Parts: sequence; structure tokens; C-alpha cells
Amino acid sequence: MLLVPCPNCGPRNSTDLRYGGESHARPDPNTASPAEWRAYLYLRDNPAGWLRENWYCASGCRRWFSIERNTATNEFRDPPLPGDKRGGAA
Amino acid sequence: MAMAAIGGRLRRRPPKYSAAALAWKGLRGESWPRVWRDCDLKSSYDAVVIGGGVHGLATAYYLARNHGMTNVAVLDKAYLGSGGSGRNTAIVRSNYLTPEGVAFYDRSVHLYEQMAVELNINVMFSQRGHLTLAHSDASLRTMHWRAEVNKLGGVNSSVIGPDEIKQECPSLDTSDHPRYPIQGALYHPPGGVVRHDAVVWGYARAADHMGVEMHQKTEVTDILCEGGDGPDGKGAGGRVTGVRTNRGDISTPIVINCTAGWASLISTMAGVRLPITTHPLQAAVTEPVKMFLPTVVVSGSLHVYVSQTDRGELVFGASVDPYANYSVRGSLEFTEGLAGHVLELMPGVSRMRILRQWSGLCDMTPDYSPVMGFTPVDGFLVDVGWGTYGFKAAPVSGEQMAEAAATGRTPKLIEAFALSRFDNGELVGEKGAASVGH
Repeated sequence: MLLVPCPNCGPRNSTDLRYGGESHARPDPNTASPAEWRAYLYLRDNPAGWLRENWYCASGCRRWFSIERNTATNEFRDPPLPGDKRGGAA
Repeated sequence: MAMAAIGGRLRRRPPKYSAAALAWKGLRGESWPRVWRDCDLKSSYDAVVIGGGVHGLATAYYLARNHGMTNVAVLDKAYLGSGGSGRNTAIVRSNYLTPEGVAFYDRSVHLYEQMAVELNINVMFSQRGHLTLAHSDASLRTMHWRAEVNKLGGVNSSVIGPDEIKQECPSLDTSDHPRYPIQGALYHPPGGVVRHDAVVWGYARAADHMGVEMHQKTEVTDILCEGGDGPDGKGAGGRVTGVRTNRGDISTPIVINCTAGWASLISTMAGVRLPITTHPLQAAVTEPVKMFLPTVVVSGSLHVYVSQTDRGELVFGASVDPYANYSVRGSLEFTEGLAGHVLELMPGVSRMRILRQWSGLCDMTPDYSPVMGFTPVDGFLVDVGWGTYGFKAAPVSGEQMAEAAATGRTPKLIEAFALSRFDNGELVGEKGAASVGH
């Protein structure tokens, strides 16, 4: 069980949240090439280490936020402040 | 038989496993020879397979057996079969949802049926039947869909009702008492379980006898490329020239990535990004009891699959952990959830104790189908994205990947699983049949 630091609710069990995957900025629909869309839709960095990812606090504040987690050790760092919308998390 | 057929290419004759040999060695107190050699790493190979699990070993075996390529090295950073090959729940079946999937996995079941004779090792393939339970109208409809696709592909598969389920598997609660009563099941008689370690050892032994080298504790730290559009000549348009390992550099024109959970890390070394995220999948086993569960039982709605081993233990698996992760730690919420779901199916096992749980890394793709074949880097092939269904596909994957590597052409059976399907939007949606609860 992970203890996820939600910016609004504080530390919450990961079962209270929904995982939103890697956090990447959405390409501009007016200029993006098909290859960029494909990369945004499907391709993932999937590192064994620090990763910026999105979480949805489903049972708490019901807001998305993005945070860095180490996928090998499950440590979190750089928790966002309320209202922080970095990394494309809407 | 198969060994005789390839006798011309045998490096040395394998000591045959048989009851007579067992008695003879037992009576004389002789020890058995090492099953595969420890070799020095050469500076050059015709092909290098990264990952010494069932997929990598099967690929090396078929490269040697079907295509005469014996100057092949299989590299593994730990020991053979240390990843998913030794951590899966050993279920084999072919009742998939798409025609491409059905044809592919049916070939795999066929190869598993021949394996004990072909590799001269007892893989204990027990085709005890496979029940996929439906707890709602929607899932019953999917079962009918799968049954029809299966029948068209020549696979023995049909939908049965609660009464027949009770006959096949009396320990299941088919009454209307549970929260999600069993409404029917997809019954697939050829499905069953295999002893997964024996498959690893069988392929390693057979490949070794044909001259393939297995290098354990040999970690690939980089893939050497030239001519690509990325840094160091990696990336699209380039070609592979070798691999760098913790035991030195190897030059080779062909590198095949068979590394499951670590697939993205290896592919990144060649400048290839994959549509893969790594999730752990947990499993558990109970104390042994007398045989009472005759078939493999799967429930997608309840996120559980269960079979009983020949020793009498119940082996459980579930859905992958919900977040990307490279650590293989177990969790209590998994055990709790699993126990609850199993008791809903089989209230009679409430007093059984779980002996241990473990976890393995799964490389999940967006459409729950694998990524196989060529990449934008010439000579760099992938056999990845095997998610939670890799073990059952090992023989056919090895056969097809070997053909792709040796001939330079994508075999028809794996055309649909090419990496380029994500460019073309031709995904092969197997989410409904690949596993449980995704």
C-alpha cells in the first residue's frame, strides 16, 4: 500500500486514489503531427526510477494532481501545493 | 524423435531422461551431468537474445533447431527463469477474443502438447479444462462472442450454464446466494497447467545441446548502434552493432529483446520507445490439501484465477497492481481482496491458509496484446508487451521470433502484433479475454 501525499487531503492510502499514469504535456492540436499524437497517446518512458505521474483523489478532494514517485522504491518527492497544475494534470 | 531429426546439427548427444536411465543411475549412485554449460563470453555472436526466460530460451532453441543458427547467446542479468517464467501461475489456454489471438495461442497450445516428447523433459502438461465464469449478462455475452470466435478458429470452447459448471467443478458456489451469482461460463477443455520451471530447463537444455550459449549473471548495460537519428547512432534508421555487458562487449547484427517487465529499459538502450508500462502482478499459494478442484477457474469480474497443483496447493492470481512499479513487493490489500473473492466462489476453502505470496513484473500494453517483431532500428527485434499472458505463449513466440530474426521477414502469425500497429491505429483489443479485471 502506498501513502500518497495529496495536496489537499494530505497522506491518503493509494486505494483512495486512482492512478493516472505518466504525466506528459498534451501536444497542441493545431500543430502536432500524427507521430507526436501517437507518442502522446501510446508511448511511455516507463523508467525504473523517478517518474512524474498523475493521480486522481477519487475518495477525497476529487482533484487530479501530478507528483514524482520513484517506481523502484515507491518514495514520493516534490509534492504539489493546492492548485498546482504542472505536467499536464488537469 | 525431434532430437533424431536434428541429429546432424547436434553438438553432442544429450543424455536422455527416461525411467530406465533413472533406475540405472539410481542403482549405480551416479550423478547427472550439468544440464547446460557455463561458457566464456565470446566477442561475437550471430544473434544475442536478452532475457533468459521461457521466451528468450524458446527463441534461441528455435533459432538453432529450425534455422541452424547455433552461434547464439542468451543473456540474463540473474539466473535462467528468474523473472516471469518462474513467477506465473502456469496456465495455458487459447480461448481468446480476436481471430489473430486465437490462431496464435492455439499454435502455442499445440506446441505445449508436443513439448514433453520434443524436449525429452516431463513438463507435466495437464489439460484439465478451463472455466471462465460470467457473473453478469454483459460478461455472458462476451463469453458467447469468444466461444463463436474460438469455434471459427477450430478451438474447442463453448458456453455452459450453472448446472454443467456444478458438474465440472462441484466446489464452486453456483447458487444465487453470492453477491455476484455465477450465470454461466466459457468452458475450454484443452486449457490447463504446465510445470513452468520444467519448460525453462527443457528449452535451456535442448538449446545448449545444439550449441547455444546461456550466460547467467550477465547484465546488458547498453546496446551499441550506428546510423540512427538519436545520440550515439541509436534510434530510428540506425542498426545494431552489438551489446555492452558487465562482462564485456559483444558484437552482433541481431539483438532480440525478450525481457518482459524490463522491456522498456532495454529498448531505450537502442533508442526505441515502447507503448508499455510495467506493473507488478501478485500471486499466492495455499497449503496443500486433497484434490478437489478439477479444472482451472477464472473469474474476470471477481479478479481472480485459481488452479490446484499436483501437490494439492491452490495457486491464485489476480489483476496487476494499479500503479506502475518495478518493485516486486507483496501487499496485504492484495491478499485480503483475493481471499474475499475466492471465498465468494468457493466458500468451502475458508479454513485454508495461504502459505506465501509473490510478485512478478508485467509489461502491459494499451490493447493487452504483445509487441512482436521488428523495430525502427535494424537488427533490434522485440518480443515484449507480454503482460499477464506471456507464459502460455512462450513456445509459439519463440518459434515466430526465431523465424523473424533468421529470415528478416515478419511471419504471418505475428503480423498483427507489430510495433507499427500503434502508428496505423490497428490495435488488437484483447482486453476482454487476456486476463482478469484490468
